[in-house]
Amino acid sequence: MIQVKEVTKSYGTDKNRFPVLKGISLVLKDGDFAVILGASGSGKSTLLHVISGLERPDNGQVWYGETELTSLSDKELTEFRKENTGFIFQQYYLLPQMDVDKNVKMGADLAGNREYRTVIEAVGLAEKLHKYPSQLSGGEQQRVSVARALAKNPRVLFLDEPTGALDEETGRQVLDYICRLQKEYRFTIVMVTHNQNIAEMANTVIQMNSGKIRDIYENQVQKTAYEIGW
Amino acid sequence: MLVGIRDAAKLVGIAVISCCAVLVCTMFLNFYLDVILIESKITSELSMAFYHAQVASAKVVCLVAGGCLLLTAVVMLLFYVKHYIDTHKKELGILKALGYSNLKIAENFWVFGLSAFFGTALGFGGAFLLMPKFYKLQNQEKLLPEIAMHFHPMLFLCLVLLPTLAFALLAIGYAWKKLRQPVLTLLRDTLQSREKIKRDPKSSDRERSFLEDLRGSIVRTKKALAFFILFSSFCFSSMLQMSFSMKDLASKMMGAMIFLIGLTLAFTTLLLAVTTVVKGNTKTIAMMRVFGYSQKECCGAILGGYRALSYAGFALGTVYQYGLLRLMVDLVFLEIAGVPDYAFDVPVMLVTLGVFVALYEILMYVYLEKIKRISVKEIMLE
Repeated sequence: MIQVKEVTKSYGTDKNRFPVLKGISLVLKDGDFAVILGASGSGKSTLLHVISGLERPDNGQVWYGETELTSLSDKELTEFRKENTGFIFQQYYLLPQMDVDKNVKMGADLAGNREYRTVIEAVGLAEKLHKYPSQLSGGEQQRVSVARALAKNPRVLFLDEPTGALDEETGRQVLDYICRLQKEYRFTIVMVTHNQNIAEMANTVIQMNSGKIRDIYENQVQKTAYEIGW
Repeated sequence: MLVGIRDAAKLVGIAVISCCAVLVCTMFLNFYLDVILIESKITSELSMAFYHAQVASAKVVCLVAGGCLLLTAVVMLLFYVKHYIDTHKKELGILKALGYSNLKIAENFWVFGLSAFFGTALGFGGAFLLMPKFYKLQNQEKLLPEIAMHFHPMLFLCLVLLPTLAFALLAIGYAWKKLRQPVLTLLRDTLQSREKIKRDPKSSDRERSFLEDLRGSIVRTKKALAFFILFSSFCFSSMLQMSFSMKDLASKMMGAMIFLIGLTLAFTTLLLAVTTVVKGNTKTIAMMRVFGYSQKECCGAILGGYRALSYAGFALGTVYQYGLLRLMVDLVFLEIAGVPDYAFDVPVMLVTLGVFVALYEILMYVYLEKIKRISVKEIMLE
């Protein structure tokens, strides 16, 4: 279970300091598919970075079960990310000098996962194993980043606008892969998006506005990637 | 303007090297031009021998110091132009897509010549400040008639104006050459174009870990950086060892001057190389940290790949400086009496190696600590 308690975060210094998160509290259960929904500048990406331990909050706490994330040292935080989290970003951030196999291995080696090629197969890239990122389409690159994140067997998968750079068809395909893999591997998903339709796929939706949570609700029915609008 | 003064300011290494090269060359060439004016006034055989020794050493110092430093500065300039184009591919691609010609864009690179101007002008001015003392020391034993110090405008032209012009033209020409690639290749902004990808020859031999793969690929794909680290280690090794050895082969002042210059250049080149290596790999390090790789693992994989190259550069520099000094002693000073015998100095080599290893590791550590403090968000937004 992830617990976020009264988290605040500001950027800038002195007079130019502006608050991005203004006292956020929420609870996410293990195996949840949570979507953080909000317009640009609402603080959703910052919240994702704070929950995932990429950034430290100014105040407040983030708990993973019995572990308080904000009290960990840099070294402990790195160890925590190694053992618990996976990331998927809008811009993929693949290593351009390494092929698909080695990019996925980046995640797999951290978990000692020797069977990582099954994940590559699961995202439909078995035939592109030795292709480099520059030889793949945007959708394929994002699928590599999905495989890279999942190959380390994360307990929580963080996604920051994963379909932001993709067209509708490819976007649906990537989301479908992620959902199917979640059902298989039972990890928690925390996804940031500005697309209201994608929120229909989640069971928990956190709506943000100007650094605050406007609403948290649960979907009675979770739609699939091919059932939502775009 | 696409390439601004601020970009040129980053070429501080070229300015430092130009400054050192022109300082040494101005002093010795000015002395040479003044000393040949008094040749007819020399009467004794001893004075004539001393005169010939002075003329020969002036020529050798200008040739060795000037030549080596000029070569270093040229390599650095080419590296910077290439590095600038590699890191600004998208902007340059957009300009080309808008219809700017390669030459029009390349013309902006003349600014890089300014770094040479600042360096050479400073070196030239500095030489004239030191020259009265230098002239005095060169003729300390009064073996030669009074040597009057003159200003030779030709030297200003050859050591300040022409190098500036040459560096500006070289920067433009090289940029023009590097820009001759399709717009889409520039816009794609990836490390490798589709045609350039080469498979790691060892990849199929055995299953290697990600970190091992990364170590190999980092050096293989960032050849310019690899060359720069090899070159800077070469410079560090050769300049520092040469300056130690020159103390025995030259006068006290000359020895001290060369030692100081060698030290400055060695540190400057190594600092620039390590800075460039770390900056060139910041995104990869950041992504590895996001996934949970430790600082030690990042350091070992990214920077460790360059370590072997840096030691290879050091070894090459050691051989080069020995060969050069051996040649100088055996050929140039062959007929001059009183030149001490030159032998390979093992303790100096060991001290230089110790300083090199310590400096290299400290610099890497400092930069990694710096990267650690940059938030992942900042790196992602770049």
